[in-house]
Amino acid sequence: MSRDTAIGSRGAQPSVTPVTVSRWSRTASAFTGVCLVAVVILAVVPYVIGGPAEQPLITLLTFIAMASQWNLLAGFSGLTSFGQNAYIGVGAYALYLVAAGGINPFAGIILAAIAAAVVSLPVSALVLRLSGGYFAVATLVVAATFQIIASLSPSVGGTTGVSVPGLAGYGDVLREALIYWATLAVAVASVAGVCVLVRRTFGLDARAVSSDPVGAASSGVRVGRIRLLAYLAAAGGAGAVGALIALQTLYVEPTTVFSIQYSVYMLFLVLVGGMGTIEGPIVGALVLFALQETLSAYGAWYLVIVGCLAVVATLAASRGLWGLASERFGWSLLPVGYRVRQEE
Amino acid sequence: MNWVNAVIQGMLLGGQYALIACGLSLMFGVMRIVNIAHGDLAVCGAYLGLVLSSALGVPVWVTLPLLLPAAFLAGMALQVLLFGRALRHGVLAPVLVTFGLSVMIENLLQVAATSDPRGLNGGALALASFHIGSGITVSWLFLTAFLTACTVLSCLQLLLSRTSWGRKVRATADDVDTARLVGIRVRPVFATVAGIAVATAALAGVFIGTIGTFDPLAGTNTLIFAFEAVVIGGIGSLWGTLVGGVALGVTQVVVGEINQAYAVLAVNLLFLAVLTVRPGGLFTSRQAVRELQGLGAPG
Repeated sequence: MSRDTAIGSRGAQPSVTPVTVSRWSRTASAFTGVCLVAVVILAVVPYVIGGPAEQPLITLLTFIAMASQWNLLAGFSGLTSFGQNAYIGVGAYALYLVAAGGINPFAGIILAAIAAAVVSLPVSALVLRLSGGYFAVATLVVAATFQIIASLSPSVGGTTGVSVPGLAGYGDVLREALIYWATLAVAVASVAGVCVLVRRTFGLDARAVSSDPVGAASSGVRVGRIRLLAYLAAAGGAGAVGALIALQTLYVEPTTVFSIQYSVYMLFLVLVGGMGTIEGPIVGALVLFALQETLSAYGAWYLVIVGCLAVVATLAASRGLWGLASERFGWSLLPVGYRVRQEE
Repeated sequence: MNWVNAVIQGMLLGGQYALIACGLSLMFGVMRIVNIAHGDLAVCGAYLGLVLSSALGVPVWVTLPLLLPAAFLAGMALQVLLFGRALRHGVLAPVLVTFGLSVMIENLLQVAATSDPRGLNGGALALASFHIGSGITVSWLFLTAFLTACTVLSCLQLLLSRTSWGRKVRATADDVDTARLVGIRVRPVFATVAGIAVATAALAGVFIGTIGTFDPLAGTNTLIFAFEAVVIGGIGSLWGTLVGGVALGVTQVVVGEINQAYAVLAVNLLFLAVLTVRPGGLFTSRQAVRELQGLGAPG
C-alpha cells in the first residue's frame, strides 16, 4: 500500500528489525469491500422487495446512525451525553420549519443537521465546562429545557405539535422509498464520517482526551477543540436523525421528538455493541434490533432486559460484544488503526 | 403579600429539593459517582411507602422505621453489587451503570405498578395548616419537609465533622489510596455512604409522594431538580445544597405566580445561568471545580 512506511531500516542500529507500518490488511480490504456491496444491496431494496422490508430496515439504519454518532461522542471522546434527544428534537423542528418555508423536505435533512450543529454551539460553551456525570446530567437539563421551550412556542404548535407539510405531492410508495434512501444515506454518512474522523489525528487525540484530559493537554492535544468538534458533529448527526423521524411520522410534537428514549437507545446500542470501535455500534444495532423484534410483545420488559444487558456489559465486558469478539479472534475489520509487521 | 407568600412557599419547596439532593451530593463528594438513578431510587422509596402503608393500613410516617433501614440496606447492596464494581472500570462506567439502573427501575416500576399516578396517605398532617398574618397559609407538611431537610443536613454535617466515621469518610473522599494506606477499610465506608444516600432519597421520595403524586417515570425530573440544587449550591457543600434547593424552590414558585407554564423553564434557565457565571456553584472550593471539569486528580 502506498501509505506504508518503513521504520528502523536506516542501518544505524543494525539490531533493530525493520518493520512495516500499514493501515490496510487483507481482512480490512475484504471487509471494506463487503461493506460497499452491502450498501449497494441495501440501496436496491426498494426496487426488489419494496414496502414490507423498508420499515424494519429504516429502524435498523436509524439505530446504526444513532449508535455511531453517540459512539463518536462517548466512545471516542469520553463525553457521555444523555441529552442527544435535544438535537433530535431540534432537527425535527428544523425540518418542519424548512418544509413550511417551501423547501423540499428531503433537502431539508441537511439543513436540519446544520441547524442542530449551530444550536449546539452555544450549548457546548456551557456543558463542555463539565465532565463525566455532571456533563451527562447537564445535557439532560438542556434537553428538558429545549422541550419546554418548544412546547411554549405557539409558532410551532406548542404542546399539540405540527404536521410536516410538503410531502403530499409524493405517492405513498415513492415517499416510503425516499425516506428509506434518506435513512440509508444518513446511516452510511454517520458510519463513514466517524471512520474518516477516527482515521485522522482526531481519532488519537479524542481517545487521549477521553482517557486522560490532563495528560492529553500536556502532550499538546487541544482538549477543548477535540471535545467541541465531537459535540458539534454528534449534534449535527442527531439533527439529521431527528429530521428523518419527522419525515417518518409526518408529525412533530415536543414530548415525542424530545423523548429521552432516543438517548436511552443510543447508550444501550453502543454499550451492548462495544464502545470506542467502529464495528461495535453496528453490532449493537443488529443485536438490539433483533431483541426488539422478538421482545416487542413484552413492552416495558424489553427495556428492563436491555438495561440489564447494558449494565452487565459495562461491568463484565466494557468493550461490548464486538470488543469480546475482536479480542478473542484478533479481528480488526476496518482500516482504522495501524498494524506493525516485521519485515522478512 | 402575594410575593411574600410565594417566597415562603418557595423556600419550603426548596427544602424538599435539598432533601433529595443531599444524597446525590454526598455520593459525588465521597465516591465521585453521579448517581443517575438517584431520582428513581427516591421514587422507589415512595412506592415502598405506598406498599407498606396500604398493607399495614397506617399513614406513611408510621412505616418509616421499616422503610428507612430497608432503603439503607438497598443502598449498601447497590454499592457492593454495582457502584463499587463500576468504579473499578474508570470514570465513565459509574455514569453508564447508574443510567442503565435508572432505565431498569423505571420500566420495572411500570410493569409492577402501572403508569397511573399515585399518592401517599399522609394522615392528618397532610391536610393541617396554620396562618401567619392575613394572606399566608403554611402547610404543616411543607414545613415538616423543610425542617426534615434541615435536620438531615445538620446530622450529616455533624456525622462528617465530629465522628470517627466522618473522619474516615473525609479521608477517603480526599484520597482513596492514602486512606487505604493508613488503614481505613474503604469498602465499608463506601457502603455506608451509599446506604445513607439511598435512605435520604427514599425519605425525600416519601415527602414527594405525600405532597404531590408520583409515577414510574417521575425519577428523571426528580434527578434533574436534585442535580440543579447540587450544582447551584456548589459541589460537595451540604449547606450549599440547601441554599441551591431554596433558590430553585423560590424561583419556581415566584415565576409560577406570574405564569405557571414558565416555572420549570425558569428553574432550568437559572441553573444554566449559574453554570455560565459560576460553574462551580455558589459555595465551592477550587479543587471541587477542577474535579467537576475533569481536570482534578481524584484519588
